[in-house]
Amino acid sequence: MSGDVDASTWVATRRKPSALERLFDNKAFLIFICLLPAMGLLLVFLTYPLGLGIWMSFTDTKLGKPGIWVGLENFQYLMEDRVFLNAVWWTIFYTAAATALKFALGLWLALLLNQNVPLKSLLRAIILLPWITPTVLSAIAFWWIYDPQFSIISYVLKDRLHLIDSNIDFLGTPWNARWSLIFANVWRGIPFVAISLLAGLQTISPSLYEAAMLDGASSWQRFRRVTVPLLMPILAVVLTFSVLFTFADFQLVYAITRGGPINSTHLMATLAFQRGIPGGSLGEGAAIAVSMIPFLIIATLFSYFAIGQRKWQQGGDE
Amino acid sequence: MAEVSIRNVRKAFGTTQILHGVNVEVEDGEFVILVGPSGCGKSTLLRMIAGLENIKSGEIAIGGRVVNTVAPKERDIAMVFQNYALYPHMTVRENMEFSLTLAKAPKAVMDQKVGRAADILGLDKLLDRYPRQLSGGQRQRVAMGRAIVRDPQVFLFDEPLSNLDAKLRVQMRGEIKDLHQRLGTTTIYVTHDQIEAMTMADKIVVMQGGHVEQIGAPLDLYDTPANIFVAGFIGSPAMNFIKGHIRSNAFQVAGLSLPLPNTRGASEGTAVTYGIRPEHWKLDAAGVPAIVRLVEPTGSETQVVAEVEGHRVVCAFRERISERPGDTLHITPDPACAHLFDAATGMRLT
Repeated sequence: MSGDVDASTWVATRRKPSALERLFDNKAFLIFICLLPAMGLLLVFLTYPLGLGIWMSFTDTKLGKPGIWVGLENFQYLMEDRVFLNAVWWTIFYTAAATALKFALGLWLALLLNQNVPLKSLLRAIILLPWITPTVLSAIAFWWIYDPQFSIISYVLKDRLHLIDSNIDFLGTPWNARWSLIFANVWRGIPFVAISLLAGLQTISPSLYEAAMLDGASSWQRFRRVTVPLLMPILAVVLTFSVLFTFADFQLVYAITRGGPINSTHLMATLAFQRGIPGGSLGEGAAIAVSMIPFLIIATLFSYFAIGQRKWQQGGDE
Repeated sequence: MAEVSIRNVRKAFGTTQILHGVNVEVEDGEFVILVGPSGCGKSTLLRMIAGLENIKSGEIAIGGRVVNTVAPKERDIAMVFQNYALYPHMTVRENMEFSLTLAKAPKAVMDQKVGRAADILGLDKLLDRYPRQLSGGQRQRVAMGRAIVRDPQVFLFDEPLSNLDAKLRVQMRGEIKDLHQRLGTTTIYVTHDQIEAMTMADKIVVMQGGHVEQIGAPLDLYDTPANIFVAGFIGSPAMNFIKGHIRSNAFQVAGLSLPLPNTRGASEGTAVTYGIRPEHWKLDAAGVPAIVRLVEPTGSETQVVAEVEGHRVVCAFRERISERPGDTLHITPDPACAHLFDAATGMRLT
């Protein structure tokens, strides 16, 4: 340090910022710059394909043949297509049944995990396994579990426990195949529901339960009148997500049954792919995919308005 | 209303002993405060009375009935929690009605009871609001309202004022005391704040490390603390302690001699701790010299931190002090108000 500067006489000097520095200090510019990458990605990989899909659903595009505008012709055709109508019905049933089971079992599991059980964190990690396994891998595992010849379930029931005489034909008949798929979806979806609801349960202060206990509430009453209402907000969010994921499911069904037997397990998503890519009718496939949008919007709005908003959650004075 | 007896109650969490045999008798209609530093076991004891912690050793009786194995809801007590524990999804009215709803009380009874509680606590205009829309003091009142509606034999309060700001705390302190005077319900109240204990209680139970240190009326504890812990815990600013010996009928330590209180238990040469409260120092030209270190005027009195022969002491004078840090004051303790404690055991010498 040079001798003529010491701490008592030193004064901070201010340098004039350069034009670039001032630009980066500008809030509007910063917001724009920071949003640019995300907006770019969304535009290129979401908005453009979605827009293209919607446009294609109004054309008769086929693989290798640019389509022309045909208006609502694709949709009119689909309205009389038994396979499509069956897919719509099955998608709704699949979503409803799988979601109901996922929530019933997921909530039950979350309540169990919220108790003081030994090895709690290990159990939680194990429960997440179905969810973190890549869908296609678990689908292949289920494909084997449901195999007509080598199914482990049939093996245990028939050769070990001698409860049945012949192998179960899990994927060969429509209803067997449907329930098999619902079971696979439930198995995969429970962890998401359970862990999310567990997070919700843990936000409920234990003193509320103690207060309710002193107020004379039985354990069922504590569940009904404290847990459930306080869990509603997160329940609504998780329900929405679960419904959307299940409704738009593709991987499980495509990997296990490919829509068979005789198209009985085609979801709208798998049917759209089937018609559009292997079948080559891009316009028709796009029309099937586009028909999913109203269902998804209704499901979202329902859970948002019917159970999402609670008066007691809103702040403010009046 | 009922009396509460706590007999030889012990509690351990795992290998950690929380309560080492506690005995407390609470008379019918009495306002008893359990006070002590964090971790002294006072909240655990309260939760055991409420039935939120089980009682494995010793017994607790409410109104003459041993409640060791009685479920919380059947003990006929009501508790106000530190964080109020109001149900966020219910309005103030629903919060207060909840216990009655569960008991399937007729609507008219509910309205009457809630109306009376709301009246007592000034909650009439807030009945249809949600807890979120209330201030801290209002939530506190709702929590008390919920307890009043139950019409219990005993009120339990678990540090109910610790989430409030200082001014509101003083106000609610008065309201709780007033409420007790009007309802006359037996009340057990836990706090770590000795001012709350002093101002509100009929009887204070001072606890430390799972032991009861002393039980008594507030002013008895203040005037005749049983040991150094109680002496230092009760009173603010805290009592001054100086270690030394009794020699030639005075308290003596290197260069300092202070007059003795009227004590028979201390004989010549005993090692003792001399205790004197800040307000019991007097200005006295013939007293010992004290070098002023800090002067803190509060208006009603002036607190002075001073050094007497190397001992740091706190004094509180009614007089205004013009001395500045570094100046010397002459002070003397009021021997009638001084305390002597055995240096080894910390127990009071009488």
